[in-house]
Amino acid sequence: MEARDFLALTPLLIVTGTALFVLVLDLFLREERRGWLSGLSLLGVVAAFLANLSLPTFREPLVQGMIRFDALTQFLNAVFLLGCGLAVMLSADYARRQGMARGEYYCLVLLSTLGAMLMGASADLLMLFLGLETLSIPLYVLATFTRRNPASQEAGLKYFLLGAFSSALFLYGIALLYGATGTTKLDGVLQGLSSAMGTAPGLVLGGLGLLLVGLAFKAAAVPFHTWAPDVYEGAPTSVTAFMAVAAKAGAFAAFLRVLAISTPALAEGWALVVGWLAVLTMALGNVVAVVQLNLKRLLAYSSIAHAGYLLIAVAVGQTGALSEPASAGLLFYLLVYTLMTLGAFGVVIVAEGRGENLSLEDMKGLAWRYPWVGLAMALFMVSLAGLPPTAGFFAKFYVFRAAVEAGSWGVLLAIVGVIASVISVFYYLRVVYYLYLRPAPAPVAAAATEGEGEEEPGRPVYLSRLAAWGLGIAAVSVLFLGVYPTAALRWLVEIAAAAMSALP
Amino acid sequence: MIGTLTALIFLPALGALAIALLRGDRDRADAQARRVALTFSFLTLLLGLWLLGRFELGEPGMQLLERASWIPALNVQYLVGVDGISLFLVLLTVVLVPLLLLVPWEPVRENYRLYAAMVLLLETGLLGVFLALDLVLFYVFWEAMLIPMYFLIGVWGGERRGYAAMKFFLYTMATSVLMLVAIIVLYVQFGTFDLLALQGTAMAPARELWLFLAFAAAFAVKTPLWPFHSWLPDAYREAPVVGTVLMAALMSKAGLYGFLRFGPTLFPNAFGEMIPYLLALALVGVLYGALVAVVQGDLKRMVAYSSLSHVGLVAMGVFAMSALSLAGAVLQMISHGLVIAGVFLLLALLAERFGGLRPMDAYGGLMHFMPRLGALALIFVFANVALPGTSNFVGEFLILVGTFVAEYRVYAILGAFVAVLSAIYMLWMTQRVFHNPPREELRDRARDLTAKEVALLAPLVLLVFWIGIYPKPLLQRIEPSTEMLLLNAQARVEQTLGIADPAPDLEDTLTQAQKEEGR
Repeated sequence: MEARDFLALTPLLIVTGTALFVLVLDLFLREERRGWLSGLSLLGVVAAFLANLSLPTFREPLVQGMIRFDALTQFLNAVFLLGCGLAVMLSADYARRQGMARGEYYCLVLLSTLGAMLMGASADLLMLFLGLETLSIPLYVLATFTRRNPASQEAGLKYFLLGAFSSALFLYGIALLYGATGTTKLDGVLQGLSSAMGTAPGLVLGGLGLLLVGLAFKAAAVPFHTWAPDVYEGAPTSVTAFMAVAAKAGAFAAFLRVLAISTPALAEGWALVVGWLAVLTMALGNVVAVVQLNLKRLLAYSSIAHAGYLLIAVAVGQTGALSEPASAGLLFYLLVYTLMTLGAFGVVIVAEGRGENLSLEDMKGLAWRYPWVGLAMALFMVSLAGLPPTAGFFAKFYVFRAAVEAGSWGVLLAIVGVIASVISVFYYLRVVYYLYLRPAPAPVAAAATEGEGEEEPGRPVYLSRLAAWGLGIAAVSVLFLGVYPTAALRWLVEIAAAAMSALP
Repeated sequence: MIGTLTALIFLPALGALAIALLRGDRDRADAQARRVALTFSFLTLLLGLWLLGRFELGEPGMQLLERASWIPALNVQYLVGVDGISLFLVLLTVVLVPLLLLVPWEPVRENYRLYAAMVLLLETGLLGVFLALDLVLFYVFWEAMLIPMYFLIGVWGGERRGYAAMKFFLYTMATSVLMLVAIIVLYVQFGTFDLLALQGTAMAPARELWLFLAFAAAFAVKTPLWPFHSWLPDAYREAPVVGTVLMAALMSKAGLYGFLRFGPTLFPNAFGEMIPYLLALALVGVLYGALVAVVQGDLKRMVAYSSLSHVGLVAMGVFAMSALSLAGAVLQMISHGLVIAGVFLLLALLAERFGGLRPMDAYGGLMHFMPRLGALALIFVFANVALPGTSNFVGEFLILVGTFVAEYRVYAILGAFVAVLSAIYMLWMTQRVFHNPPREELRDRARDLTAKEVALLAPLVLLVFWIGIYPKPLLQRIEPSTEMLLLNAQARVEQTLGIADPAPDLEDTLTQAQKEEGR
């Protein structure tokens, strides 16, 4: 181990340290003091975030060829930590309300984030697998976190069984690739791939195929999505929010790393297979979301649908020289997806009382009682639908542009993508409609200023200060990136260019 | 440095932001919101008048261009400019919005803050659409109009507002994304979203046709052109009156403007090829709208179909592509906006008196109870029938003559029936509502217009007569731009016919674009 190895590991170490510290501290805190844990976790996340951005990057793999700390890692870390930080902020009051064991909760959230960061940083297939497991295992536990709730139990079990299955496939894929090329290092696999294609094409294709299936499971892409709606609905909402972001972002980070090992000889087949996955995912996710009345299920299908748009970028990222906009688009989409999905779930979190499972009806008139929360939710919905002037628009725009540039298959994918977006407008706007639907007997204007409406009928919103900040940050970022994505995109294009030039 | 046009576009949005930040209890904040909204919309109006002053006469091209890099990674720039075509649409917008904010209209008393903010955001969207010269910027504004309008219909609308708002949104959105794909394809071929740079580029005929059709779909729904109008009756009926005015007077112009700005400029050959079909659609719209209007018993529905018919006539002027018809179309866009706004505002005032609009036959002899309202109504009825002396006469006359001289004689002749048909339904309505024997049960609710309300409508009346009697100041500024548009399009068509070698096909252009990208 050299000094620079430790340097590259610093953000990971900070996250790990915070996780362990929170877990230990929990033992010594009285129940009413446990609110500190959220603040402490947040502090750790912020420290890791700052460390991550201030560290120098290295082009070659570190820690005996296991880890990369390049610009791409840096950006992915930033996205994961942002997601983790927002999730902690949004769940602070929720965890208390639902009576969850908070020490373990924050510890697991942080460890899961660690797993995602490892996936994004991995330079070795085994590292990728370890990251995947470090990401997933805490999520299995978190899904069951409201122990008394049978739905939560079911969600955890389902997620665990299917997750373990997909992990096994992933691992088997690694084994096959190892068999074909004699190494698990991503660079080595890439170099050995062309010759291996000649000698043992079955191993290569089987290995890559299994990797793809394993990651598609994690990303909840159709037809490997069946676990997602039940798990998303059953798990505590704050966990769902985190899961929707962390698992998906982790999976797509892995896609970006694995993408690099596919050779031009395989590009066409890859584009075709992943493209079809994208088409199926967008179609099914959006169409089924239309009929959902349960809010969490709706967002679950929405999150499936978004995996489809992200897969477009993966599909067209393979065709030769044009993958730079595709990967930059993918990264931008991941950032935007993290913000808007966490924001949308965040509103569900603050609106949810103990043991409730919100439906669309429960959103009725929310925007009149809590104008800012309602406005934020409307903004997230508009952004998820991909309408300007929100970040969701430019995210889709970038990905579709990359697709059209990639040729006729890309054009077809982009067309399916825009049609899917139109369908999605229907259910996203329905949420907005309920938000602004006046309650049947219109309350007299005399009642209440905003925020506190004791006399007013309707559901309360548990908006702690931390959660309000979390929603605020997400909403402002979504709007800002929709109006001025310039700086973020410039950074991403540099990252993508650097990542492409690093390839042999 | 912030230029005039940028200030003009974003001033209303700034007002919306100011309203969002208002604090305090609901009633006071609503009252303040009204003042803030009026202040910002009047400032925008002043800025619009200043723009009129700065506009250089006789300069046909884009003026007051502002160009700034916006998103270099996507090659998207911030590019706005004004010419004779967009100038008066901008002015129409900045004149109508303050008037609409002054309307006292019962349903929007509730949650006035959100309402005022939405109207202002819509104004920003409209101004942006009329002024943007970068395709992505245009698209952003184009879509940004949808959300405020969705809210206006969905929150303050009538019984079936949810259905109407969703239908409106999905129809327009579904076709706009086609335009988005076309925009991206244009970019991949030419490497720019800059409309000024795209002017004079040539592409394969088949591709030009497809791209034009994608753009045309978006514009046809927004206008709406028959048979893409099926969202219109629902949306117009359910929207609050101010929303209806914004749709009929301004948003429909965004669709027409789109045809005019992008059709001949980007796709001169495809546009020229499609003219007979487009004219036919417009003509069907003219006659269909008028005929359906004749049989309506509901005032708002009648005016909605009348608007469909008149907008169809403007579309005819755009598609006929002669110097006269184009100038007439631009003029008539303004005139139709003024007249339709006046008509709908009168309906709003009428509805306020009687607690909602009733079927036409439930009224009768209103002239006896409300002479001022009756007189104003008569003025707008005559304007809508295009009586000489009103602005509609100038516009529709130019359109019909222009269509006739462009050798589309049959269309012109059939289109001229619009005057006859609109006379039928407008005068019949006048008779039923204002003249029939007075109904005594209406007497106690039939307050006549107050001086304030007359003052609200007076600017519209004045403008209608002014344009009708002395349209020269408008035509002077419109004609150079429309003529240039026409000449450019003709030159491009001749050029395409002249060159022997066919335009590069899809694969070639793609690889070329890729090379561009690589550099």
